[in-house]
Amino acid sequence: MNFDLRLPIGLMFSLFGAMLAIFGAATANKEMYEKHSLGININLGWGLVLLAFGLFMLLMTWRASRKHGKRP
Amino acid sequence: MHIQLGGIDYAILLIYFAFVLSIGWVLKRYMKGSTDFFLSGRSIPAWVTGLAFLSANLGAQEVIGMAASGAKYGIMTSHFYWVGAIPAMVFLAIFMMPFYYGSRARSVPEYLKLRFDEKTRGFNAISFAVMTVFSSGISMHALAKLMETLLGWNYNGCIAVSAFIVLAYIFLGGLTSAIYNEVLQFFMIVLGFAPLVFLALKDVGGWAGLQQKLIPVAEGQHFAAGTWSDSWKHMNSALDNPMGVGWFGMVMGLGFVLSFGYWCTDFLVIQRAMAANSMSAARRTPLIAAIPKMLFPALVILPGMIAIALHSSGGNSFLPLGKDGTPDYNLTIPTMLVKYFPTGLLGIGFTALMASFMSGMAGNVTAFNTVWTYDIYQSYIAPKKSDTHYLWMGRMATVFGIGLSIGAAYLASAFNNIMDMLQLVFGFVNAPLFATFLLGMFWRRATGHGAFFGLLGGTAGAAIFHGLAISEGAHAGIKGGWLGRHLIFHSEMGQNFWMAIVAWTSCFILTIIISVATKRKKTDEELKGLVYALTPKQKTESEPWYMQPVTIGILVLVATLLLNLIFW
Repeated sequence: MNFDLRLPIGLMFSLFGAMLAIFGAATANKEMYEKHSLGININLGWGLVLLAFGLFMLLMTWRASRKHGKRP
Repeated sequence: MHIQLGGIDYAILLIYFAFVLSIGWVLKRYMKGSTDFFLSGRSIPAWVTGLAFLSANLGAQEVIGMAASGAKYGIMTSHFYWVGAIPAMVFLAIFMMPFYYGSRARSVPEYLKLRFDEKTRGFNAISFAVMTVFSSGISMHALAKLMETLLGWNYNGCIAVSAFIVLAYIFLGGLTSAIYNEVLQFFMIVLGFAPLVFLALKDVGGWAGLQQKLIPVAEGQHFAAGTWSDSWKHMNSALDNPMGVGWFGMVMGLGFVLSFGYWCTDFLVIQRAMAANSMSAARRTPLIAAIPKMLFPALVILPGMIAIALHSSGGNSFLPLGKDGTPDYNLTIPTMLVKYFPTGLLGIGFTALMASFMSGMAGNVTAFNTVWTYDIYQSYIAPKKSDTHYLWMGRMATVFGIGLSIGAAYLASAFNNIMDMLQLVFGFVNAPLFATFLLGMFWRRATGHGAFFGLLGGTAGAAIFHGLAISEGAHAGIKGGWLGRHLIFHSEMGQNFWMAIVAWTSCFILTIIISVATKRKKTDEELKGLVYALTPKQKTESEPWYMQPVTIGILVLVATLLLNLIFW
């Protein structure tokens, strides 16, 4: 199997992370964070965590593909 | 309870579905023969099969059910992991996987045919096939019901959409598609629920704060103060804890019979390991799964414990109440998600929940299409056809397997009792299985007749025990006691654990007696690779010591022991 599963995982979580982080930044200081997440802007915070995870997966995919060379 | 999802939440859900479907689409071109479709061509690396092994079991029943138990019974629920699952997974990896993978059997029923005979395989294959269809139907029903209650979605629409998505990606990419999506779902669940645990735990003042808040919960139900936060201290008698089981029934019934029976013989999970790309990858599969599994109580049980603490300190109004005035424990996770997640993260949490429902279905469907095609269709209906034909049959089996699951889902929504009844019967059939495998793998003298009639005897033993036993306050019938109230248990769970013990013991003893009384049909040569004593010792390839299954297994067991001691 020449299909590296880390690629879709990386893409999906980078996308989710970016979406959450941007949404979090845009909605900073909104009362919904007081109501739900103890005043923490969890969208921004967790969005960055997801983005970091996604990018790490993409990095691993890239490294693996370089190591094995381009495959059809 | 009614929830409003925002635009970003729906966007996340749709993107997830798009990824799921495109994985199936990309994998389509790799599906050239039946082995690719049913066994992923035995080409998947261990970290992927390991996470899929864990994820296939991480259906909705697990996520919703374990949180419900966490609220209902407290930290004692962790016994399902730290006494039940982990030791069984280590045992599977070290002792049993060499025979499953090494025999080149394509399914668990096929192993039974190689080791014993046709009738033992037939019995296992047919009961397993029926069971998977119903489990996937129940998963689908539960998902649609939950979405209807929470979001006001249309029940029929939910069934149609979830069935279509699962059908599409398995039809295209077979087992590989299911496995890849299970890994995706694993990360969704972990990364989707971790912030929930973080926020909720912070809210109740950490572990110490939670322990304090759980005291009134325990005392309110007339148990000792620490009952909800000590996993072992209150197990001396079944009367001391809300589960209503003593330590012996728990360790033997849950830890030994039920957990080993599930993790070591259920094709749904073992199929994932069989897809691994080498023997050592197959053996590492359950071990890689065991490491996150060990920490899962924090993700699925802890939110339940926090929910009940909030419920009790908040004037019993946090969790929605059922008709009888007790909390509706099945809504624990959704309630917690809505409480702590603002829109945005709520989309991630909900998608994780949906993903777990769908992977529960997909796991059952891939196990079904394999057992149907190899063990029923190829064996009894149309042997000796071309491989392309069986690949085609696998795709067809996916279609009608999902069709039957939809039927089962509607059956479940119309007649709840039928489902309870079926699950009960499956319980009878499954409980003795581990005895058959244990004797089959470690005692060369066990014969086909012994295995088959031992299994029937164990199933009958379970049914008779169920007829004689009942839990306090239950009505005779589906809850047991239909042959008279001879054995009274403190709880249904206690009754189930003991039923499993009886089923296992009767199967074990009967198989030995009948095997000794009947002639062995398989020669030592035929049993090579299938029985422990007749299989040459595994050369553990050229791996460093810290990658050897035995080393990892011991480390996993030590870590599990530590967890038991920390939360003693």
